Amino acid sequence: MAPLSRDQIAARAARDIPDGAYVNLGIGLPTLVANYVPPGREVIYHSENGILGMGPAPPPGRENPDLINASKQHVTLAPGAAIFHHTDAFVMMRGGHIEYALLGGMQVSMTGDLANWSTDDETFPPAVGGAMDLAAGAKNIWVLMEHTARDGAPKILERCTYPLTAPAVVSRIYTNLAVIDVTAEGLVVREMAPGLDLAALQGKTGAPLRLANDWRPLTV
Amino acid sequence: MLDKRVSSLADAVAGIHDGATILIGGFGNAGVPVELIHALIDHGARNLTVVANNAGVGRSDLARLMAMGRVRKIVCSYPRSKGSVVFEELYAARRIELELVPQGTLSERMRAAAAGLGGFYTPTAAGTKLAEGKEIRHLNGRDYVFEAPLKGDVALIMAERADRWGNLTYRLTARNFAPTMAAAADTTIVQAREIVELGAIDPEAVVTPGIFVDRLIHVPNPAPAGV
Repeated sequence: MAPLSRDQIAARAARDIPDGAYVNLGIGLPTLVANYVPPGREVIYHSENGILGMGPAPPPGRENPDLINASKQHVTLAPGAAIFHHTDAFVMMRGGHIEYALLGGMQVSMTGDLANWSTDDETFPPAVGGAMDLAAGAKNIWVLMEHTARDGAPKILERCTYPLTAPAVVSRIYTNLAVIDVTAEGLVVREMAPGLDLAALQGKTGAPLRLANDWRPLTV
Repeated sequence: MLDKRVSSLADAVAGIHDGATILIGGFGNAGVPVELIHALIDHGARNLTVVANNAGVGRSDLARLMAMGRVRKIVCSYPRSKGSVVFEELYAARRIELELVPQGTLSERMRAAAAGLGGFYTPTAAGTKLAEGKEIRHLNGRDYVFEAPLKGDVALIMAERADRWGNLTYRLTARNFAPTMAAAADTTIVQAREIVELGAIDPEAVVTPGIFVDRLIHVPNPAPAGV
């Protein structure tokens, strides 16, 4: 069995972003997606602190303290970029103008509930940022994550045990083991890592899976 | 003659009363009105409610105001940034109240106040614990949460360029919450890197029209935030 690396998960998801799409990449694993968009596709990246047309990190020494992304990292602007204020940035997110939000996940339920903002650990103050606005408003929510937690516990569940970011919003899950669609009939496995069978994948998943008739090996 | 310029940072923050609600611009370290925060520290107002996206970094600026025990409550979307040590200490000791608001809701609540609205229904946070206790309306097939306007007594913001009427432009992502906050406070106080003659800002390029600005102080070389 050959699970995907984090970069390979990002590369697999990048393949599904269409030319000309407006995309918001969440912090962590999803930010890697920008490195793997196939050549010839133009993707316009949104950042919730007021950028459309965000470019990659600047070379060392060329950082501009007034030009950062939602993770507070230095970025650049692509030709054609636009700058706007926060309220408009969230009009784009909440109002359904962002076509694809690729987000990290702590847990996803079989009905597409997303938990990715809090583990309910009382020793830390809670922080939500723009996660709920994006989850409530983007047209397509794809989650990129490891299939299981570090301790092996499934992250795809019948019901999330962590506090929800938004109910019933995730349409597709990319993990190191599989690509899974959230459908009205439940979770459908579109792709599986080579060497894995449905029983083994089911053993690492906390909700019932069904294999698509036209399923394929998960490769990058 | 309409001239919103004041001659000192002390004059800029004069009259801020104890118990005031202060909107403070900035996202990360971009657009934080550092000199106005220092002036507020020197001014002495206490028992403040601060509305800001982040809860201060390090021990300077907003973190210092909080460490001095001057902030009763913070309304914030992401208080747990890397280095928010002062907030975390005060929170653990239950010496500061936190109202956690999703970032777009925070911004839209201020916009509603600016626009004279009585609130709005948003899908953000519906079905989550941040909607607990709030009015829910089912509209067009989904749940919406009622959110009330969020008005400031004072807004402290940073601009790139200003004229004496208070027309403002910003620099890149240092813009962030400033245009919304400027319109959402009774008294909006601006520190600007540059103050230019009337007419020098292209009317098509004005981001914040001067009607939303009350006081203007020239701070040509602002100190970086978070250090």
